[in-house]
Amino acid sequence: MFAPFLDALLLQAGYNAGLVTVGAALLGIAGGSGGTFLFLRKRSLVSDGMAHATLPGVGLAFMVMVALGGDGRSLPGLLLGSALSATLGLLAIEWIVSRTRLAEDAAIGAVLSVFFGFGIVLLTIIQTMSGGYQAGLEGFLLGSTAGMLFQDALLIAIGGGLIVGLVFVLRRPMTLVAFDTEFAAAAGIGVRRIDLAMMGLVMAVTVIGLKLVGLILVVAMLIIPPVTARLWTERTERVVLVGGAFGGVSGYVGAALSASAPNLPTGPIIVLVAFALFACSLLFAPGRGVLAAVIRHRRFQWQVHRRQGLLALAREEPILDPLTLSVLRKEGLIRQDAVVSEKGRAAAAKALLDERRWAIARQRSEDGSLDSHWDGLTPIESVLTHDEIAEIDRQIGPPAAVR
Amino acid sequence: MTLAALELARDEGRIAPFPADQSPLVIRELTVSYGDKPAVFSLDAAIEPESMTAIVGPNGAGKSTLLKAALGIVPRLSGRILVFGQPISQSMHRIAYVPQRASVDWDFPTRVIDVVLMGLYRELGFLRPVRRHHRERALACLDRVGMADFATRQIGQLSGGQQQRVFLARALAQNAELYLLDEPLAGVDAATEKAVIDVLKTLKVEHRTVVCVHHDLATVGDYFDNVLLINGRKIAEGPVTTTFTAENLQKTYGGRLATAHIDELKLPAAS
Repeated sequence: MFAPFLDALLLQAGYNAGLVTVGAALLGIAGGSGGTFLFLRKRSLVSDGMAHATLPGVGLAFMVMVALGGDGRSLPGLLLGSALSATLGLLAIEWIVSRTRLAEDAAIGAVLSVFFGFGIVLLTIIQTMSGGYQAGLEGFLLGSTAGMLFQDALLIAIGGGLIVGLVFVLRRPMTLVAFDTEFAAAAGIGVRRIDLAMMGLVMAVTVIGLKLVGLILVVAMLIIPPVTARLWTERTERVVLVGGAFGGVSGYVGAALSASAPNLPTGPIIVLVAFALFACSLLFAPGRGVLAAVIRHRRFQWQVHRRQGLLALAREEPILDPLTLSVLRKEGLIRQDAVVSEKGRAAAAKALLDERRWAIARQRSEDGSLDSHWDGLTPIESVLTHDEIAEIDRQIGPPAAVR
Repeated sequence: MTLAALELARDEGRIAPFPADQSPLVIRELTVSYGDKPAVFSLDAAIEPESMTAIVGPNGAGKSTLLKAALGIVPRLSGRILVFGQPISQSMHRIAYVPQRASVDWDFPTRVIDVVLMGLYRELGFLRPVRRHHRERALACLDRVGMADFATRQIGQLSGGQQQRVFLARALAQNAELYLLDEPLAGVDAATEKAVIDVLKTLKVEHRTVVCVHHDLATVGDYFDNVLLINGRKIAEGPVTTTFTAENLQKTYGGRLATAHIDELKLPAAS
């Protein structure tokens, strides 16, 4: 298992496998970067509607090409048909949203299912058409890499390159529109044109991804990498870069995995790899990851209990909360028998003094600007200067000893 | 420069006025509707140059809609908008707009300085790289609203008042002549309210014009020169001293504003 996978990773698993692997990586980069703005604009699901809307175009293009006496399986022809029908699907969604009271999710659901249903009908008709064509069009549903040609890979490479280039050129207006549509319009950006361009990018990714991952799963290439990237960074341009990188890695590793063993479908494996990256990121990303959030919460809880415990000690109130007691014990502020330690005495006195300092500081600040820091946890030293604190201390007088 | 220093500079003629002597914003017979419900109906208004005007009215009176229609970002059913005597399409670059804070997703992956740099979009366009002098200008705008220390923070970490100040800084970066602000003081802390008003006053001293949708009747008289009272239609417009009267407020708010409340406002006597 491992040796063939390594071969595939190093593009040594044969000509076809190599083409597929490189193509999948390029598609992943294009999908990850192009899908970022769709995700930030909160319109990810439109891509699902568009992807499903490609199917009737594929069927009709095949029929037209056969009727004209050509080879119905010519990939550029089929992709052109799919692009036209995806555009029609997008326009249908936008028309429903703007002209009726239906929300976008309902419009997407309606368009997606109708177009897909119609596409399936066309595929069924094609299969029973005279001449017994072995069209293999159903490969567009989940992707098929068996008959991948050099031209197909080239198509993906050129399309992917164009997509990445357009993302670079349009990144600023797309960011503005995604963040603040009204401001973007007021700053002179044609919001509708930028939205259409963004959808054009999405359509391009969908169309070049049809052959490799298929129309049902191509949305994963647009959605999962940006969502994963968002977990790692707080800056739009980095979401684009990292999203492209995650997409590329998913495509490359996924295609190599599927080439390393017989009967592993390429598209679904790529999606599973993308998901694995997402799952790891969700758990382990610093800042937005689940683990980081748990640690942050625990640390915060610890500080709150420590603070409350110290104040209770200083005021000689009984401490009943078992967690507070355990925190104080672990920090060595009280002994096992709940008697205050020497260190605890000092810390409690400091906590009480800081409370008094805060009270005076807040009284003195007229505009309430200190209030946002007065959460009981922010050290007063981080808000006021040494001199200001000394000034407050003179007003308080000598510290009272804590017994 | 402090506000007082700026005012002195203006009085000595050291701040050049903008060349236009026309009204910054003239609205004629404006009607805007969502579906079959007019939000703003047949409204006329003219904003005085180098003034601060409050747009005041009850919820749903069409205040925000009026601003957006003036900017051309919601379609008008009828009417004309002239900005410095020109149609909006030719004069949009002379307007800066501050939308309502709640209209955007503050979890967006961007930093404070990047938001302010958005105000320089007209200069930067699609591809021009952000250079150091752009960044310095953005920082200077942040400094004017007291947010320079927050430049590299993620916007989601800001408090409501800080978010509002960042929005104002972005509008300052646009270096416009007419500033349209939608509720810049809604739900902000006292420090932010003061910072925002100070900046708006300096804008006026710099010969710019400020129009604010404003909700707090108690401060209209303190902050603004002129007031535009609307409730779908225009009720009254003019200087605060003569227009912001109990009678006009009663007309604007109808029964929704208790007489006792009006009495508390210490309004100028109805003329």
